[in-house]
Amino acid sequence: MIYEYISVKVFCIITSRAGREERRSAVRVTRRVCNLYLTSLHEQRCRPLTSDSKHGSSMASNSSSSNAQHRLRIISGHLQKRPEDESTGITAQECKAETPKSTPSRLTPVPKRRQEIMKWNGWGYSDSRFFFNKIGQAEFTGKRYRLSGLILPSLKDWFEGTFGANLQHKSPATPTLNLSAVAPPNLNEPFIEELKAVGVAMSHDPEDRVFRAHGHCLHEIFALREGRIGRVPDMVVWPSCHKDVEKIVELACKHNTCLIPYGGGTSVSSALECPHEETRSIVSLDTSQMNRILWIDEKNLTAHVEAGIIGQDLERQLNESGYCTGHEPDSMEFSSLGGWVATRASGMKKNIYGNIEDLVVHIKMVTPRGVIEKSCLGPRMSTGPDIHHFILGSEGTLGVVTEVTMKIRPIPEYQKYGSVVFPNFQQGVACLREVARQRCAPASIRLMDNEQFQFGHALKPQVSSIFTSFLDGLKKFYITKFKGFDPHHLCVATLLFEGDRGKVLQHEKQVYDIAAKFGGLAAGEDNGQRGYMLTFVIAYLRDLGMDYYVIGESFETSVPWDRVLDLCRNVKERIVLECKERGVQFPPLSTCRVTQTYDAGACVYFYFAFNYRGLSDPVHVYEQVEHAAREEILANGGSLSHHHGVGKLRKEWMKESVSVVGLGMLKSVKEYIDPKNIFGNRNLL
Amino acid sequence: MERASAEALEAEPDGFFDILEERRQGSDISHALRTFNPQPYRGAAPTSASALNRMVLESQHLSYIIQEITLESDEPREVLLKEASAILDEMSQNLQLGFIRLLGFILSKVFKSVFRSIHVNEDGLTQLRQAIQEYPVILMPNHRSYVDFLVLSYIMFTYDLSIPVIAAGIPLMGMKLIGEILRRAGAFFIRRAVRSDKLYWAVLSEYVRTIVRTGFAPVEFYVEGWRSRTQKSLIPKLGMMEMVLEPFFKGEVFDISLVPISISYDRVLEESILAKELLGFPKPKETTWGLLKAWTVLKEDYGCMHVCFGNPVSVRDLVKGKMNCKQYNLVPRDLPMKANKQTQEFVSGLAHVIVRLQERNVVLSPWNLIAVILLQNLQGIDLDQLTHKTLWLRRLALQFGAHLNWPKHISDSEVMSSNLTLHHSVAHCDKGHIHLAEEAGPVPVSQEEGVFRRATAVLMCASYRNQAVHVFTRPAMVAVTLTKAASNRTDDIFRHFNLLLELFSNEFVFIPGQVFQDFEEGCSLLQQSGVIGRSDQEVFVRDEGQETIVFLRAILQPFIESYQVVFRFLCEESLQTFTEKNFLHSVRRFIMKLIISGEVHSYECLSSDVQKNVLSTLFRMDALTKTKVDGQTEFSVNKSAVTRIRDLLSK
Repeated sequence: MIYEYISVKVFCIITSRAGREERRSAVRVTRRVCNLYLTSLHEQRCRPLTSDSKHGSSMASNSSSSNAQHRLRIISGHLQKRPEDESTGITAQECKAETPKSTPSRLTPVPKRRQEIMKWNGWGYSDSRFFFNKIGQAEFTGKRYRLSGLILPSLKDWFEGTFGANLQHKSPATPTLNLSAVAPPNLNEPFIEELKAVGVAMSHDPEDRVFRAHGHCLHEIFALREGRIGRVPDMVVWPSCHKDVEKIVELACKHNTCLIPYGGGTSVSSALECPHEETRSIVSLDTSQMNRILWIDEKNLTAHVEAGIIGQDLERQLNESGYCTGHEPDSMEFSSLGGWVATRASGMKKNIYGNIEDLVVHIKMVTPRGVIEKSCLGPRMSTGPDIHHFILGSEGTLGVVTEVTMKIRPIPEYQKYGSVVFPNFQQGVACLREVARQRCAPASIRLMDNEQFQFGHALKPQVSSIFTSFLDGLKKFYITKFKGFDPHHLCVATLLFEGDRGKVLQHEKQVYDIAAKFGGLAAGEDNGQRGYMLTFVIAYLRDLGMDYYVIGESFETSVPWDRVLDLCRNVKERIVLECKERGVQFPPLSTCRVTQTYDAGACVYFYFAFNYRGLSDPVHVYEQVEHAAREEILANGGSLSHHHGVGKLRKEWMKESVSVVGLGMLKSVKEYIDPKNIFGNRNLL
Repeated sequence: MERASAEALEAEPDGFFDILEERRQGSDISHALRTFNPQPYRGAAPTSASALNRMVLESQHLSYIIQEITLESDEPREVLLKEASAILDEMSQNLQLGFIRLLGFILSKVFKSVFRSIHVNEDGLTQLRQAIQEYPVILMPNHRSYVDFLVLSYIMFTYDLSIPVIAAGIPLMGMKLIGEILRRAGAFFIRRAVRSDKLYWAVLSEYVRTIVRTGFAPVEFYVEGWRSRTQKSLIPKLGMMEMVLEPFFKGEVFDISLVPISISYDRVLEESILAKELLGFPKPKETTWGLLKAWTVLKEDYGCMHVCFGNPVSVRDLVKGKMNCKQYNLVPRDLPMKANKQTQEFVSGLAHVIVRLQERNVVLSPWNLIAVILLQNLQGIDLDQLTHKTLWLRRLALQFGAHLNWPKHISDSEVMSSNLTLHHSVAHCDKGHIHLAEEAGPVPVSQEEGVFRRATAVLMCASYRNQAVHVFTRPAMVAVTLTKAASNRTDDIFRHFNLLLELFSNEFVFIPGQVFQDFEEGCSLLQQSGVIGRSDQEVFVRDEGQETIVFLRAILQPFIESYQVVFRFLCEESLQTFTEKNFLHSVRRFIMKLIISGEVHSYECLSSDVQKNVLSTLFRMDALTKTKVDGQTEFSVNKSAVTRIRDLLSK
């Protein structure tokens, strides 16, 4: 098996580097040295996870923990700066209600003025971005990620070759927000007066408002880059606890203002767009300051958390107590717990921990009718339809999720990445299907198609030693020549195993054995990690593409097993066809991967991007193609969405997706809970 | 002046290339042994014929059906599986390049001796080459002769295109040796009337679907179902069409390209056999011995052959907005599922479109036009007059958009005489006077015998008219309506046209639901050629158009007369219920009497094809009901309904 062969080789390198360290810790180090993954996220995971392993790997975690400290410094720097900036009327008041007994420290809350650390017109942190340096090599700036500060020598060729793009042809973004383009706020003065009296933080600063007027759909970001600003919220409020939210909602009802809950702002369904037809004052309700873990119940393994907390903070804080939720959606750096609940989010490791609906035990939501919650923390109830399911996926149309009790788990002892190369996508899907049939899916198992495999390869950082590059060459030779895999057909499954060490190794063997039956060759941890890294940097890469006339986006679906292959092929082909018909000059990147397995089907993710030079209205073309692709998905038995939600982008298909009666049910709930449409983002229905 | 403009109009089908020319120059052996390296469908994984069969036998679909049958009939699963396997062995093709080469060699010899040339449009082939690589391709030729199927594979081989697998009738398989050769050349064999045999249908449909789904090879089948005995396009059959399209409906392939192919012969090998079959003589059984005996046929000259590959039709393009494939999303895709009405309508519409495309691309020969004239002058006609009328008709046909292969570099009189020579079996030239050739036989003959001989000659001639009849159908129907409609008002005329179209939609191919387009097509063709004029409300015949109107009506006259006489038979005769066989027998006797007595003029009424079409028409229009009695279909007739329909026609 090549897997064994390669991993032994890697071992040798590691052990030689690690000196005389014992072999067992070397395994752990291997993981770390190969780790190109997000430091910010996976620090904790890669850090010795249980006390017994703490010692052995302290050396390796040195560099990464210094990274994390650095980041903390940056963030606390922002925190310190903030109070002086409060010229636009932010009033902060500590919430006095419900002071939890075991409050973990509030280390890195998201600042109210998010634009100070995050891009106002692109993805993620301001300090992290891709660019092509003077000699045309791609670099990733900042210090947050494993890729940060590294050079990616093959990205340029891939980029130019795939899109027909050219580094000479730039399409730069407007550098700063033109404040005059922002319409003056339509303020509801009585509402503000009363709110002030209550002492809730608020702002009508244009930057704050623009930041909360969008998610990350292509058209939203494209408009921002061109400096076009549409309807934005008229003000932002920052409740700091459940009680604050209750007051805000009460006053909004009283004064008939429109509330749009805002969590992490990572929506890709136009859910945060302010409806054009809305004439009332629109208030963006930013939950970011409700970010405390209120208690941890170690007997029942649950935690009670304020819904504004963002994924990475939740995970980090739980880790400090030795726990995790295991919920890791790709957006977890920025997305919030409340957002997950409101969109029915799904995490990469759902095979072990479950999706959000499996994780929540109790939800508290403030609605115009009052607070909705269950009376106990029983693990399951037969009390009519589960009211949680009115809340899960309600997309901010019914109220604000304020507090959630969710399951937690002890941090797993051991974690291991892996990857398998298949001769083609069909074989890969067949293998995943078999893994699902045997119900032995690892924490995460994903299958990239050939285009994405090549994409992943283009993101390989500069190889430091001749030996590594030699080894790479050898691997490539082995797979393509000796095993006869066609480099234009082969595809890769990436794996992540978690649990106690013995079980992980056993599990690993089981999965690799199944893979072998479908012609799969184990291809090492490195490839696996790079696959997961792709997920986190892809959104940053889109910004790079947009600097050079390339636009794109991802969308997802879920589909029964027997249709996976057909759906993938047909949708990819439809995209190519539609692009051609709409005058896109160069064939688009149209690629997919299977990201989740279920008993009865899989979740499929598509990436789609093209070079828009020569098109007068690229966003319109993009939207038409995406629309067609969604039609194709539905025609092939795929769902409207697996976890992105409906928002306003996919509303038109709701009726056929859930039937007229189903839609009527949802509407009647809305009608009862929010007859005045206070939560007026007009998503979903 | 008139000649010149006619020539300007002449739509000489461009880009045709004679593939026999090359064969006459080069060696047949090296042609047969040439490197054959076609570009396959890009999605196809190389599959062997036996692997294909295994896929079918192991398919979920088949196991569902077998389970269903075991529940219904108590037959054990193993027996049914064995049966399925036997069906598959009988059915399946076994495409082997060696046999293609062998066939290639033989066909080179045969074709060279039989045909003067085989013309193929190369741009069509270029498109086909492209299409084959992109999506599964279905070749859909019209079916005029047994030769069709050989010639297509031969062309594909010559042009380095994937050899198709071909749906063929089971009788062909019965021919010793030949059956096996055909099987290895890619033919798969289908029994007739198999809808009721659940297991057979399941095996067949799964077999076809698997071929399409895997892109094993292009599939070739005759959407008309069988050889057209009359040489007129037949109303398409939908069973095979549904099977072929299902992988698309279920999303198993991104698209399917349908390639209409129009094959036309200057002279059809089977011309006299077909005519006799129509008159009720049994069809000679397909045997190898029979084929060898028919060798003499091959000594004759059959002129040119034209094969026109139409533009590939994308099913995906056509399906847009016409049907919703989501019905397939709520059941397992392997589960046998009856197509819903919407799907059936789409399939039917698509099949009709293909037949129309075949018609549109057919290359006609001067003889087809001559036959039209001859049939209107059964008493005989002088050559001068025939030439004159043919040239007039040529102009009209070109105006109506016909593809006519009128030789360019020889004089019109030479064209006439060479065509008359080629078709000496149909028409004789006696001192400048042309009349239909009747088979010589022992004299004296009975009256009935005489009618039969005469009818054979007429039907042979009619078969050549039929190859061109689609060019005139719509204008001719407008011409008929113009004299029969209540007024000149467009809506009256349209109403009558609609009636006529409904009546004849088993006779001529009309795309369902497109009456208005058909009407418009008919009117505008007539208008463009100056026959009629149109105002906002009215349609009127121009003075100079009278002659054309009369002529066009005469083209349809035999059909109208045939329908009328069968209606009369059904109304007058006392039989209430009958089988098709009974019906054919008695209606023939009935018509024979009327012809002898001079009450009926058209010998074409004797054609069993038109008689059967009347039955289908009446059934469609609810004037007949079908019942199954002892495995036989019995018709019972509703006389008042038939009378009503008859009155409509004779109004």
